[in-house]
Amino acid sequence: MGVSFAAEKAEAERLRAVFAEAGAQPLDCAIMQSAETLLDLYGEDIRARAYVTHDPSRGEMMLRPDFTVPVVEMHMSHGADPARYTYAGEVFRRQEEHPERPSEYYQVGYEVFDRGDQAHLDAEVFALFAEVLKPYNLRPVTGDIGILTAAVAGLQTSQKRRDALLRHIWRPRRFRALLDRYSGKTPVPATRAAMLAQADPMAKAGPVIGVRSEREIAARISALRADADEPALPRGQVELIDAVLAVRETCSFALEHLHDIAVDMPALLPALESFERRCEALTARGIDVSELDFEASYGRSSMEYYDGFAFGFLCESRPDLPPVATGGRYDALTRRLGGGQEIPAVGGVIRPGILLEVAR
Amino acid sequence: MTLKLGVPSKGRLMEKTFDWFGARGVTLSRTGSDREYAGAVAGVGGVSLVLLSAGEIPRELAAGRIHLGVTGTDLIREKLVQWDQKVEQLAELGFGQADLIVAVPAAWVDVDTLDDLDGAAAAFRARHGFRMRIATKYHRLVRDYLRMGGVADYQLVDSQGATEGTVKNLTAEAIADITSTGETLRANHLKVLAEEPVLRSQATLFRSRTAKMTEADREALRMLTEMLGV
Repeated sequence: MGVSFAAEKAEAERLRAVFAEAGAQPLDCAIMQSAETLLDLYGEDIRARAYVTHDPSRGEMMLRPDFTVPVVEMHMSHGADPARYTYAGEVFRRQEEHPERPSEYYQVGYEVFDRGDQAHLDAEVFALFAEVLKPYNLRPVTGDIGILTAAVAGLQTSQKRRDALLRHIWRPRRFRALLDRYSGKTPVPATRAAMLAQADPMAKAGPVIGVRSEREIAARISALRADADEPALPRGQVELIDAVLAVRETCSFALEHLHDIAVDMPALLPALESFERRCEALTARGIDVSELDFEASYGRSSMEYYDGFAFGFLCESRPDLPPVATGGRYDALTRRLGGGQEIPAVGGVIRPGILLEVAR
Repeated sequence: MTLKLGVPSKGRLMEKTFDWFGARGVTLSRTGSDREYAGAVAGVGGVSLVLLSAGEIPRELAAGRIHLGVTGTDLIREKLVQWDQKVEQLAELGFGQADLIVAVPAAWVDVDTLDDLDGAAAAFRARHGFRMRIATKYHRLVRDYLRMGGVADYQLVDSQGATEGTVKNLTAEAIADITSTGETLRANHLKVLAEEPVLRSQATLFRSRTAKMTEADREALRMLTEMLGV
């Protein structure tokens, strides 16, 4: 505590100037954002983290919880191609779990929208952050959600089950519960077994009320029947996912280790090739990947939208502080907000307030 | 200064609270006309009675304007962020039991668990283009519960009353509400999920951790808690 707003703002402006110097176009965006877009992306959980307010004509609005969504929206509607942006401004987060943390703070970002070589672009963003943060002796950590996604997509099971797992990649507990059920580790709930045992489960259902129709109920019953008829996901497959999730070492060793896993799960190979090319691109920019940490589950639990490369810079002597900087790749977000268009995107943010605190 | 005890100002909750204290030698009563919210305490010195709406008691406790208060656990947990740092639970009073539950139409034979609710919500969103609506007034508790249960693709819609009717009125697909017997749910063709409830609530005596106390207040509190056996 104790970093003043003025100091935080000055530091934010200094960092934005550094990013602008690196070739990014400065931009700004509204503090009040449409709640609908954010709710649509993040779901109800965002309400616990963002301030919702109400405008008589525009309806529910949110104080921006980050810049990424508005920046993507602006880029998708009238951005140059390719483009690099920087911004500095306050974001607003409710802190129900940590009232001691600030609920209003600055973020300074650097975002790249570019259809060029993705490994090089990942490396460009990471190396820039590493350079800017070099004086502070932080620990960088990297991850790649694309590897986990590839592992799930490679599972020997039905498309429906793979889709359900992919839908919950960012919810580790639920993801685990689904794996346990598909593999037979946890039994089918008694209520479901009893329902499926009936020839016509709807026979004694009573009146159908509400928007969800009888047809929708019937469709899910048949989906559940199909699922019940499916063989269990083999233990070995679950072990492969576990092995991927447990990878936590330097990039060089992680790559080797993941290649060993890929012997039994060749679906990983394209994702590993991207990882390897990123390591090469990082090396070319002077990053020592034999020292750089990689965690396969990094970027998974933090209600974010990263779907590939993910990174953070942590202050090890201050475990009480959130990361000084975070970033990653969010191609899917541009697809969801792009109204039929998409563009590969990677970027990150620094929190100047945390940086100043670390510097003291 | 006296030790301030906040008690629900009307209805069964007030009567049962009076009975509970009375059985322990502390007589609480309303004074003045039926419409006036004033009260008296007999049987123990240095304590004054404040009659409040049960819904306001959590806020008054947290702000330290009353030292003790009787209200439902549901209201404390919903209204107070980090409730356990603001109030201390002294005793469960054994009445006002009610569970905060999630209920869906009884005709949803395919939905009995949170896992089912999540599956149905995903299909519902794909089919209708909006997230499944759950009507409630307990936003924080229900949101935490559904997050822990791994339910996605839902939205909470605010309902401050007649929540059981929202499904039939097509303003929600499911509800989360307090229920004691489940009769209203059945009458509205709803069923409770076969899961642990969001919360089991009952009337509870809380102590404010923030209210200032004089030496005399401390002594009054000591006497009172001794009589109440809490």
